[in-house]
Amino acid sequence: MRRPPEQADIAIALHGITKRFPGVVANSDVDLTIRRGTVHAIVGENGAGKSTLMKILYGMLKPDEGTITVDGRTATFGSPAAAIAAGIGMVHQHFMLADNLSVLENVVLGGEPRQRGGLDFRAARARIEQISATYGLQVEPDRLVEELGVGERQRVEICKVLYRGARILILDEPTAVLVPQEVDELFGNLRDLKAEGLTILFISHKLDEVLAVADEITVIRRGSTVASVTPHEVTAPQLAELMVGSALPVPELRESTVTDRPVLEVSDLAVTDPDGRHVLSAISFTIHAGEVLGIAGVEGNGQAELVDALMGVRPISSGTVALSGHDITRSSTRSRREAGMAYIPEDRHRQGLLLEASIWENRVLGHQTVAPSARGLLLNRRAARADTQRIVREYDVRTPGIDVVASALSGGNQQKLIVGREMTGRSVALIAAHPTRGVDVGAQAAIWEHMRAARRAGLAVLLVSADLEELIGMSDSLAVILRGRLVARFDPKTVKPEQLGSAMTGAGASAGAGGAV
Amino acid sequence: MSRFSRRSVLLGLAAPVAALLFAALVSAIILGTTGHAPLDAFQAMLASAKRPRTVVNSIDSATTYYFSAVAVAIGFRMNLFNIGVDGQYRLAAMLSAAFAGATFMDGVPAVLRVAATIVMAMCVGAMWAGVAALLKVARGVSEVISTIMLNAVATAVVSFLLNPHRLAVSVAGSNNIGTRPIGSGGQVPGFGYPGTSSRVFGLILLAALVGVLYSLVLTRTRFGFELKATGMSEPAAVAAGVSVKRMVASAMLLSGAVAGLVGMPQLLGSSYSYSLDFPTGLGFTGIAIALLGRNSPIGMAFAALLWGVLDQSANVLDITGVPKEIVAIMQGVIVLSVVVAYELVRRYRLRLEQRDVGRALGTTEAPPSTPTPVAAMV
Repeated sequence: MRRPPEQADIAIALHGITKRFPGVVANSDVDLTIRRGTVHAIVGENGAGKSTLMKILYGMLKPDEGTITVDGRTATFGSPAAAIAAGIGMVHQHFMLADNLSVLENVVLGGEPRQRGGLDFRAARARIEQISATYGLQVEPDRLVEELGVGERQRVEICKVLYRGARILILDEPTAVLVPQEVDELFGNLRDLKAEGLTILFISHKLDEVLAVADEITVIRRGSTVASVTPHEVTAPQLAELMVGSALPVPELRESTVTDRPVLEVSDLAVTDPDGRHVLSAISFTIHAGEVLGIAGVEGNGQAELVDALMGVRPISSGTVALSGHDITRSSTRSRREAGMAYIPEDRHRQGLLLEASIWENRVLGHQTVAPSARGLLLNRRAARADTQRIVREYDVRTPGIDVVASALSGGNQQKLIVGREMTGRSVALIAAHPTRGVDVGAQAAIWEHMRAARRAGLAVLLVSADLEELIGMSDSLAVILRGRLVARFDPKTVKPEQLGSAMTGAGASAGAGGAV
Repeated sequence: MSRFSRRSVLLGLAAPVAALLFAALVSAIILGTTGHAPLDAFQAMLASAKRPRTVVNSIDSATTYYFSAVAVAIGFRMNLFNIGVDGQYRLAAMLSAAFAGATFMDGVPAVLRVAATIVMAMCVGAMWAGVAALLKVARGVSEVISTIMLNAVATAVVSFLLNPHRLAVSVAGSNNIGTRPIGSGGQVPGFGYPGTSSRVFGLILLAALVGVLYSLVLTRTRFGFELKATGMSEPAAVAAGVSVKRMVASAMLLSGAVAGLVGMPQLLGSSYSYSLDFPTGLGFTGIAIALLGRNSPIGMAFAALLWGVLDQSANVLDITGVPKEIVAIMQGVIVLSVVVAYELVRRYRLRLEQRDVGRALGTTEAPPSTPTPVAAMV
């Protein structure tokens, strides 16, 4: 697709990188070649393995297999310090700055210039000013970080990395926190850096930005590199298709089981955050028994808030939610669960499990008030344990026993346990947030099968996912959420991933042709 | 993989035993460097600990400490730090002493009178803890700060009320003042012990009952499960339908109610009046014992007994010329090192378990050391 780079041009070459976590292969046989003096974008869905790859490159994780070559020399990084010494610097998505220190102090922190026992701030200041001038970063050494805006903080982070002598910069989702004007400024900075011969690795899933700034693009899907292209060769929809892919077991629903009995009815729902900002507004939808409604959207557009609001974890500022005809707008999380709302939370380690409690206790979690877990005010340990055995058997949770702590299981088995626990006979609706995120292919197929079974059994399912393939395959209807509003609806049978992608980023108004809400 | 395998019992004992040995070592070094003979001191303590009188006093101290430890542990179970057990028990003991000693109580049948005194103490303790609970639930005030401050407030309230114009009377033949003594009808008789006139507090039975109830509530009830879940992961508890505010309020009230019992063995079994020399600081001892006993009903019983023995056998040190503060140093080292030891054992146990799971499932691969590998990946 492009000319093979000359040996001397190559800043970094990754070859055959494989990284496994228990039950999950995060990266498998990744090959990546990055030429010096370019902006190289790595794109992929959430969970595709971008971050794992960058953590390997930055010395935070060790690859199980494969080699890393930096400037022609084979390198093994045991820690970020080793990567920094080799000239690799990383700007994290979440800034790592001390608010109460000045820019100068933040930049030298951890690499303080010493001079006869004291600190040599004069030399450091000169260096920072020189770096700032060379790369157009406009960093003022004496300002307090707490006075700076987000874009300025990011430039301080970049300056910090350059101060440590980095020639290769990794930027992890750098635009996630920026407003459009700041994005333009950042891209200007990146071009300056590139012009000075620095190499930039730009990680993103925002395709329009990638196409705007990158010289070369590598697409990662399910832990492997699937394509290397230049921006001239592809369009955003093509890139989206490469990201989403169509290989591997396909999620699909068989015959329709949708009924005309509404189960979960949401009308005109609005949620404001503690600062009074609207995070959700005018959300209305109805899910019928046996129907799966998929919610597509770029992360952070209100999906998490929607799920929290439906589960009663986050207060609703206006609108109503009804379950099987009963108004549950003001109900507590407990009464919603008792009324038959099943919940697969987005972050199973934080919200879904008690990691240090046994498997059977995790079976009780969320169902501690109803049979078989409880009998009146008492726990029914025997029945709960027996039912845990059933879940382990029927949902194929691979564990040596039910007294093992949950953290000892692999991600896929943890998730199967959660799915099994939520699919009780009493469930009428299922809120599933990223149900197959971070699980292996086998568990993914199993979880999809259980969701199909739930749909057959007449549950109303709300599926929130960042995996477009999963959304299209597993939904009876699709809605796109953007900045807290449902902006488009699609029929998953006819929609193309690129249409969804455009609606998710708000790129083309015509994308709503599937039926604007 | 049974829950009470030999391995898990051994691992459970490893930390406190190691901490105890380490503390003995540190104390020995300190004694040695300050020119005392460590072995002589330890021998003197050991000899003293065997005397019937010390045995009884140790058990009596332990009874008191146990209530305090359970009160603290109820909060610890959900990461709630009730530092205010001290103020709660002092206020509770003072008010219930005044209540039990009041003239109108003289005609009340003994059982009813004792029960009323104990209920009164629990209510006062719960009420004082309830102030902190209210502040936390309604205003988000850290219970650490509020309970510490309430301790100081309790001190002031007690000294305000403990005044001859209010609830106190002069104690005959001394400068001391205290509440009106509780007559024999309101006292709890103790148990005799061969070889000494000291008696074991009758309320040791109440301590045992509280221990059993604590254990049952924690392991067998919905409330106990929700308490544990909230302590382990608040987001998970919230997603599971637990109202964290309600848990904070109930845990704090329960903790305060048990804290109210701390002064009861002493009040009803020995001093029969709350006077200026009523023991103080027991609430803080409870924190140390709850830490050492890992909030376990049995662990805390042993820890309380250890503390009692150390405290009581320390008295002999002054006679042998060794400053008895060495025991305070030893206790401090035990608490500090046991916290570290427990964390090490916890990690080791987790690794063992993960390895077992791996072996049982036929994958030899060791999980990464971080507990959240998947979260780190996505």
